[in-house]
Amino acid sequence: MATDTKEVKKVLFGPILDSNPIALHILGICSALAITTKLETALVMSLALTSVTAFSNLFISIIRNHIPSSVRIIIQMTIIASLVIVVDQILKAYSYEISKQLAVFVGLIITNCIVMGRAEAYAMKSPPLMSFLDGIGNGIGYSFVLIVIGTIKELFGFGTILGFEILPLIQNGGWYQANGLLILPFSSFFLIGGLIWVIRTIRPEQVEPKE
Amino acid sequence: MSANKETLKGTVGIVLAVCLVCSIVVSGSAVGLRSLQQTNANLDKQTNILEAAGLLEQSNGDIGGTFDKFVEEKYVDLDSGAYVDKPAGSDVYDMYKAAKVNETSTKVEGSNVGFQRRPNVASVYLVRDEQGQVSRVIMPVHGSGLWDLMYGFLAVDNDGNTVRELIYYQQKETPGLGGEVLNPSWKSKWNGKKLYKGGELAIQVKKNASADDEYAVDALSGATLTSNGIQNTLTYWLGENGYGPYLSNKPWKS
Repeated sequence: MATDTKEVKKVLFGPILDSNPIALHILGICSALAITTKLETALVMSLALTSVTAFSNLFISIIRNHIPSSVRIIIQMTIIASLVIVVDQILKAYSYEISKQLAVFVGLIITNCIVMGRAEAYAMKSPPLMSFLDGIGNGIGYSFVLIVIGTIKELFGFGTILGFEILPLIQNGGWYQANGLLILPFSSFFLIGGLIWVIRTIRPEQVEPKE
Repeated sequence: MSANKETLKGTVGIVLAVCLVCSIVVSGSAVGLRSLQQTNANLDKQTNILEAAGLLEQSNGDIGGTFDKFVEEKYVDLDSGAYVDKPAGSDVYDMYKAAKVNETSTKVEGSNVGFQRRPNVASVYLVRDEQGQVSRVIMPVHGSGLWDLMYGFLAVDNDGNTVRELIYYQQKETPGLGGEVLNPSWKSKWNGKKLYKGGELAIQVKKNASADDEYAVDALSGATLTSNGIQNTLTYWLGENGYGPYLSNKPWKS
């Protein structure tokens, strides 16, 4: 097993900048648009997605040599869907308020391309431990984008961070006029676009060649 | 084993095994966590009722204890406005479930409140003070907003006329616009408003309403349809098809 530290580092931290699932592969955009209005929901969503990706990678990798290729996608979906339901149940039991806000988006982790993408591209070919780390790494990459977007949107859309008032709003007697555009889901397009621009300026090798 | 994994037998075998394991995990977590989830849902409801009762700060985190001490659930027959016994059925009466069954509900007519049937029997919550006198009456109300039905609690004083709180606990309005129904400064505008003027329903949600006007609450800016929805909800629920008979009978006084 090639579990030397260099490889582990690459699998774990590579997805943050070098191969970010959202910024480079443009996967998992839908949830990044919808649940980033508040940082708190973004954090819980990140945690949920990271654990689902990590464990689905782990389990798929454990049985990868027994999965017939004709039904591999269905088997992956079954495992992912089961994990998502478990996460949803746990959220409802231990974090009811947030599960109310996330509502349907936890269920939609099933269709999040990052989870399937990693299962198909990495876990089907790699040993369990590395697959698990790859899941965590990609979860961190996804979380990184969500946290950045969530912070910007909550700060300028509501004047708060994690519910604490940073910029006092005019409605509450302060000076800051909240930016209504940033509260709406589609404003994440602009922010994700800007983030991709920044990342590609730091890492010019990610820029696609001109056709 | 991996050599014969592409055969029919191998494929069926692995599919069955995966399904079996997954179903055990899923049903295990659903059953194992159910009681905790119900406690949470119940706690959430009690928290909202205590907020409408104005007791949330006083409770100091002891939601269940405060609720049991000061709040009493009663069942009201909406047509007559009189108390009735708890409808038969499960442990907890759910008026929104009852509204889905034809035998326990009545069709809504001539209103744009946004739902088709209302339950015959509604749950109300009486808030008692330290002396055991009813200080507030809390009534569940719901009606459509811009995107979806909004569910809330309306708390009035024991005169059945003075509003104390209007708390929405489940709504999907646009954050920052209609979602401002949850803004504490807007919620506080309801405190002290009067519902009825000479027996007629008078409360209005309207633009530029002055804070001195006892019968009007300033509409939410940028959320006309949400404000209209709140108006329709109150018009329906405080009218003669809703809590109108109950509020004029005032059975909590006897």
